[in-house]
Amino acid sequence: MGHLLKMTNVVIEGLSGTEWTPIVKGVDLHLNRGEVLGLIGESGAGKSTLGLASMAYTRQGCRIASGSIVFDGMELTTAPRHVLRNIRGVRIAYVAQSAAAAFNPAHTLLKQCVEAPVQHGLMSYQEAAEKTVETYKRLLLPDPEQIGYRYPHQVSGGQLQRAMVAMAMACQPDIIIFDEPTTALDVTTQIEVLTAIKEITRQFRTAAIYITHDLAVVAQLADRIMVLRYGELVEEGETRQMLAHPKEEYTRALLSVRKQQKPSSPAALKEKPLLEVEGVRASYTKGVEVLHDVQVRVKPRTTVAVVGESGSGKSTLARVITGLLPPTKGRIVFDGQELSADLKSRSRDVLRRLQMIYQMPDTALNPRQKLRTVLGRPLEFYFGMQGKEKTDRIVELLEMVELPPEYIDRYPTELSGGEKQRVCIARALAAEPDLIICDEVTSALDQLVAEGVLKLLQRLQDKLGISYLFITHDLATVKAIADEIVVMCQGRVVEQGIKEEILTPPHHEYTELLLSSVPEMDPDWLDNLLARRARRRARKPSDQGPRKPMRQPAPAAASFNR
Amino acid sequence: MAFWNLIRQSPWSARVGLAIIALNIFAAVFAPVIAPYGETEVVGDVWAPKSPEHLLGTDQIGRDLLTRLLYGARNTIALAFVTTALSFLLGSLCGFFAATLGGWVDMLLSRIMDIIMAFPTLIFALMVLSVVGTSIPAMIVVIALLDSTRVFRLSRAVAMDIEVMEFVEAARLRGEGIWWVMRHEILPNAMPPLVAEFGLRFCFVFLFVASLSFLGLGIQPPTADWGSMVRENAGAITFGIFIPLWPAGAIALLTVGVNLVVDWFLHIASGLKE
Amino acid sequence: MSPLKELLLKRIAFGALTLIVISVLIFVGVELLPGDLAQAVLGQSATPETVAAFRKELKLDLPPHVRYFAWLSDFVQGDFGNSLANGRPIAGLIGWRFANTIFLAATAAAIAVPLSILLGILAALYRNSLFDRIISIVTLSMISFPEFFIAYILIAFLSVKLGLFPSMASINDRMSLWDKLYMIILPCATLTMVVTAHMMRQTRASIINILGTSFIEMARLKGLKRLRVVVLHAFPNALSPVINVVAINLAYLVVGVVIVEVVFVYPGLGQLLVDSVSKRDIPVVQAAGLIFATTYVILNLLADILAILSNPRLRSPK
Repeated sequence: MGHLLKMTNVVIEGLSGTEWTPIVKGVDLHLNRGEVLGLIGESGAGKSTLGLASMAYTRQGCRIASGSIVFDGMELTTAPRHVLRNIRGVRIAYVAQSAAAAFNPAHTLLKQCVEAPVQHGLMSYQEAAEKTVETYKRLLLPDPEQIGYRYPHQVSGGQLQRAMVAMAMACQPDIIIFDEPTTALDVTTQIEVLTAIKEITRQFRTAAIYITHDLAVVAQLADRIMVLRYGELVEEGETRQMLAHPKEEYTRALLSVRKQQKPSSPAALKEKPLLEVEGVRASYTKGVEVLHDVQVRVKPRTTVAVVGESGSGKSTLARVITGLLPPTKGRIVFDGQELSADLKSRSRDVLRRLQMIYQMPDTALNPRQKLRTVLGRPLEFYFGMQGKEKTDRIVELLEMVELPPEYIDRYPTELSGGEKQRVCIARALAAEPDLIICDEVTSALDQLVAEGVLKLLQRLQDKLGISYLFITHDLATVKAIADEIVVMCQGRVVEQGIKEEILTPPHHEYTELLLSSVPEMDPDWLDNLLARRARRRARKPSDQGPRKPMRQPAPAAASFNR
Repeated sequence: MAFWNLIRQSPWSARVGLAIIALNIFAAVFAPVIAPYGETEVVGDVWAPKSPEHLLGTDQIGRDLLTRLLYGARNTIALAFVTTALSFLLGSLCGFFAATLGGWVDMLLSRIMDIIMAFPTLIFALMVLSVVGTSIPAMIVVIALLDSTRVFRLSRAVAMDIEVMEFVEAARLRGEGIWWVMRHEILPNAMPPLVAEFGLRFCFVFLFVASLSFLGLGIQPPTADWGSMVRENAGAITFGIFIPLWPAGAIALLTVGVNLVVDWFLHIASGLKE
Repeated sequence: MSPLKELLLKRIAFGALTLIVISVLIFVGVELLPGDLAQAVLGQSATPETVAAFRKELKLDLPPHVRYFAWLSDFVQGDFGNSLANGRPIAGLIGWRFANTIFLAATAAAIAVPLSILLGILAALYRNSLFDRIISIVTLSMISFPEFFIAYILIAFLSVKLGLFPSMASINDRMSLWDKLYMIILPCATLTMVVTAHMMRQTRASIINILGTSFIEMARLKGLKRLRVVVLHAFPNALSPVINVVAINLAYLVVGVVIVEVVFVYPGLGQLLVDSVSKRDIPVVQAAGLIFATTYVILNLLADILAILSNPRLRSPK
């Protein structure tokens, strides 16, 4: 059998307290020369651990307990250290999730990129440097001759991630392990890195293991996919085959996550707005404006999704509406009444009617308060409830968010991430609000859990008639929940309107870029997209295309309401 | 009950530490009851060797050493404890205020504390004592003031870390006042690091008091105190009589004990977070 | 202005401010003395004439701010005034004693710094090994012990029992360097043990911190040799925290020397300071205190500057 890499019945254990507990529970894996294998799974599936094990490497507090790992005919689990050293970085290379953390801040990029070939005696420094510059060019890094002389903190995230791909390519390895290399990036930047990875693995026929939680991303690159869950293999198959005909229930669930859709309710959209943000400008430090003349309207019983990439000002908008950051200009009207800019001068009733849910349920709940206090306090504070009345209401709230009543005496640390987010929702509901601002409430959750939370929010809206201002960077979430969409870019509203209108062409230029950058569950999506963009660039030579995301703010005239 | 369970699972080092602390507290509280003689009573020869009457021998003017050690525990530990408590009250209150209020209050307090911290503690204390004269209240105030800067720094940092958590923001958005936020959201989460710090600060203050007394500038004779006992009996060592090692060892033992317990506590507290 | 320069200037300005505040406080402290200093020093039996003459000598008849600047400018020029106890110029009392103190502290530092960095790195590299655990317990005890406890144990065993080294470190100018070093072996050992324990623990902690980062994992995954990982990847990043640890401990050493000097009756500045405090010889206390404080502040300042300079992110700004 001519597999390049073959892992048989690999068991990896991690030390928890004083006991070794299995993280990877006997998985078989094989990889052929030039093949790209996708490893997919939610957090805790053991996919990174398994990926690293292909170089016979385990993190601190982990060990390979049993099984065999054979690379090019060599057994790695029993190999002496110097043998492993000559494989790592030379024949198997690694690309980490966060390039910012994986590059040594004390050395320049070039120095780190040439280190492996020079130290392993494969090339002279000169040769290695020339080759690296060559790779920088292939990866379309700006200023390839000079960028290597910069320090990691002087380069942007997307460029750094590509530089790390160049570092991995330095010795022309047989295999590269990609460990969630695009997860921390914006969608438009993600495309650049995905393209770079695809090009380079194709050109050099490098085999790769691509680890991610995102099926749509892996579909663009992988020839074959393995789905992992709780350290065990769920399903394995050829990419197109698996996307078309998933065998297991779990895989089907993962596939269907992005398909949730909700039609806008046109009746509600005709009503008078509940919240109006008019001409709001805001800044954290004097003179540096982060919101420029922002208008947003939220109608009763509807969901308005605010989408944008990091730095678009969408979270700042939430802070302005809640009163945490008073705007420098403009006004906020809530149910016909103008709100005072500052949180402290708002009445208790206004505070009650406007609630907020956060991205990280871990930090949004006080770890030293039982749910009885977490949910009881707003009841006391806003409605003066006490004793049995309060307890009954807390239980009722728990039921509304589908949590068992016995959770009332638990601490947040005893709950899972999804359950914690449900408690946050219950806390907002306790105030009986008219509007809830949801700030990336599903971004920190695994996909299936996130889907459950979104469905819950929808049911609550249908039942209680609450409005949501839903801040997110994820367009799949938008499709699932929004009635209206506000697109933000660099502190401006680029476009606002009913979901169906925004999502059907013709789009505003930025919306187009954003929409087209979201990976789809189609293995040909990336190739098609790149071809389309190339065609358009050929037609319009002035346009610099998607490789260079818009640095200049969109023109003010583009912000309009439909 | 929960406490006993914790102890049952504790490592031997923590148990040793707890035993040492318990022993010291016992000695401090019951000194008048268990001490064989009076605190300042001269009952024997100068530097008499161990005997059934004087289990550890006698000191430089013929007082019973065991008696002096027991009373010394009472005086030294009580003084160090009061000083630490005062320093904590001052430091953590200022620290929490600086963190929660922010702005100019924070700026002002932080700058003042930075400057006091830039002073070498022992030198500063020596200078103040030279000016106001050596008295116990002066010593308590000076040490507490100097030490409170470290407490300030820690409690401010801890409070700032908690302050940026979204549950604090959620409480603010609900409309809660500053006292409620401090009392119910920040304080419970700041407790573990502060308790550990109390142990460490106590060690520091305790050693500091002992050092000042050793230099003759702390607790004054005839009051029994471990630091001054070392100084008063220092001359014995050149005659091959190791009497000063008893009080010095007692100081060392208690600090090791507290440090062991603090280490264990920090270990549990870090486990709680995960 | 580059952020690096700005940061350095800010730090230096803060150091200068601290020194000024310290000098003012030291000056004001004397002002706040209950009752009249001259009266207090001369006692109840002094005649009004002698008190007046004494006041004149101490320049107590001038307004405070004038005296402050006069005192400060004298001080900077090395004129510290006269001792109250014996009327001799303080500069003569202090000069050689300060040199002795620096001699003792520098010898201890010369041993402690390399030793603790080496032990710290070894303990970090072999963490949780038997070696690491033993070192950890020994250093924890060491920082829990008062300096005089260590000092007396050393005296009891090495000096009294075994008679190896002198228990009193009485050095003088006529001694050769070797004789002096022999005399200070025990005080030097005491200081070294205390400072090494602190420094080693902090060095270990900062190295472990760096070894846990993902760029070290990356270096390992590039198949680099262990030594290269530590020397080229971990060390440049650990430099900044370690420099900080060293300088802070040196500052601590300069101050911690006071107690050790008293134990070993070493003719240094610390001994003089303690004596003068009990005699309430205020001008000597002022001078000695200010010299100690200045050394301490300058060493701390140096620590921060070096730490800033050795931080790669700050050295090459965006």
